[in-house]
Amino acid sequence: MNIGFITAAADRRLLDERRGTRAMMWIMAIMLFLTALAAALGLATLAATTLLDRQLVGRLTVQIVEPSAPARTAQTAAALAALRSAPGVRDAVEVDRDRLATLLRPWLGADGADPELPIPAMIDVDLASGSAAAVAAVSAAVTRAAPSARVDRHESWMSPVSSFMRLVTWLTAGLVALIAGATAAVVILAARASLETHRETIEVMHMLGSTDMQIARLFQRRIALDTLLGGAVGTVLAVAVTAAMGARLATLGSDLLDGLSLGQRDWAVLAMLPFAFALLATVAARYAVLGALRKIL
Amino acid sequence: MANIVQFENVGLRYGTGAETLSDVSFTLSSGAFYFLTGTSGAGKTSLLKLLYLAQRPTRGGIRLFGEDAVTLPRARLPGFRRRIGVVFQDFRLVPHLSAYDNIALPLRVSGVAESDIDAPVREMLAWVGLDQRIDAKPPTLSGGEQQRVAIARAVIGRPEILVADEPTGNVDPDMAERLLHLFDSLNRLGTTVVVATHDFHLLGRIPDAHMMRLDKGRLLDPTGSLRFPPPGEAA
Repeated sequence: MNIGFITAAADRRLLDERRGTRAMMWIMAIMLFLTALAAALGLATLAATTLLDRQLVGRLTVQIVEPSAPARTAQTAAALAALRSAPGVRDAVEVDRDRLATLLRPWLGADGADPELPIPAMIDVDLASGSAAAVAAVSAAVTRAAPSARVDRHESWMSPVSSFMRLVTWLTAGLVALIAGATAAVVILAARASLETHRETIEVMHMLGSTDMQIARLFQRRIALDTLLGGAVGTVLAVAVTAAMGARLATLGSDLLDGLSLGQRDWAVLAMLPFAFALLATVAARYAVLGALRKIL
Repeated sequence: MANIVQFENVGLRYGTGAETLSDVSFTLSSGAFYFLTGTSGAGKTSLLKLLYLAQRPTRGGIRLFGEDAVTLPRARLPGFRRRIGVVFQDFRLVPHLSAYDNIALPLRVSGVAESDIDAPVREMLAWVGLDQRIDAKPPTLSGGEQQRVAIARAVIGRPEILVADEPTGNVDPDMAERLLHLFDSLNRLGTTVVVATHDFHLLGRIPDAHMMRLDKGRLLDPTGSLRFPPPGEAA
């Protein structure tokens, strides 16, 4: 005995598959395409934000703003010594003159390489901890050793960028939630329309002793299948678009945009979306069908 | 014989109109054969709807299989309905299913395994003379053929009560005779049979049958003990 179920093959025949012509599948393809794109953007932004935060936390730049070259050199050496002996400093490296000239080239042209030009000396510092106390301790040690030193936290420069990227992540999460809500609403409407289309069949089944759950299973199974198939199509397209965009970004050579990439776990999340939406559709269809059937004797 | 159905002062009203059924009281004995007669609009179909639980009465009491059917929780209706076979006046076949699948439907609904469905369905198809139309869908069947599929669907689950609303309305006299014989056979196996008809030729075919007559929503013989022909009426 197969209590409670109508077997799958008979089940497929019971609802006339020609009716509705699978419009639901294509709607779900579009929904999942949009969801997967939004999710990909959100996941990439999240990855970039995490990377950015990791790169910025505990990173300092010490500038020795001293017009006199000998004094600048002496203070730089003193600052480096102070930094290297300070607790909590993982690394302290002076940015060489050629690198500084390269960085200044957009503004000063070839003059940036002039050794007579009083460009501040710069030291990149990497701290073990990015806490305010650690930064304050290091800053105090540096300014004691080199009075012309100015300490900048990378975190404070880039925090607007980081918070904007966090905003984008939340926005995409909101979009995904919104589309999921819209999908559930579409499923409920489709289930109700489908119930109306198959009203005669349902009435007969009721009279033959079908339970509401047996009837609901027919609809939820069909809607879940449409969602899964349509969702797979939409997700594959979105993944292809995402991959193409990723390839384009990689060619830009931007340090910031390079972080906008998806890891294996992110791709796995995208691949799970059709299944998650099929589950959502199943629950929504069951809710809609059982709710409608309760109004019938 | 035990009472399988008991109606007590049952009234039925659709919307705010006049009562379709008024003060209907009767009992059906288990394993008996009943004809329900009456002119069109007398309330036969409404009474049958109450009997096969498609409708709840506006007032009065109904006991079915020894339980109160009026207050029966909705969740228990399927279990009761599986014990009642129904031949609808308009057949109510599922149009996109074959004759085979229509007849198999009650067994599938009851959870019978696929391997146990084929033999009884084919036997039933042969019994109603449709073994050559096994894959035909209702729209391609004649009225009489559809009626036979509907009857086969109603009896395949060996119901405790068989309710048939004008079951011979669309078949020729020979087939009507065969179908009545089918109902009689089922009755002899213990099924309580209720056939609503205004075909007076049928009424004398089952000698032991009880007859109930409805007129304008009222049962003329509340005991349900009349025999055909009714006193004072010619056959």
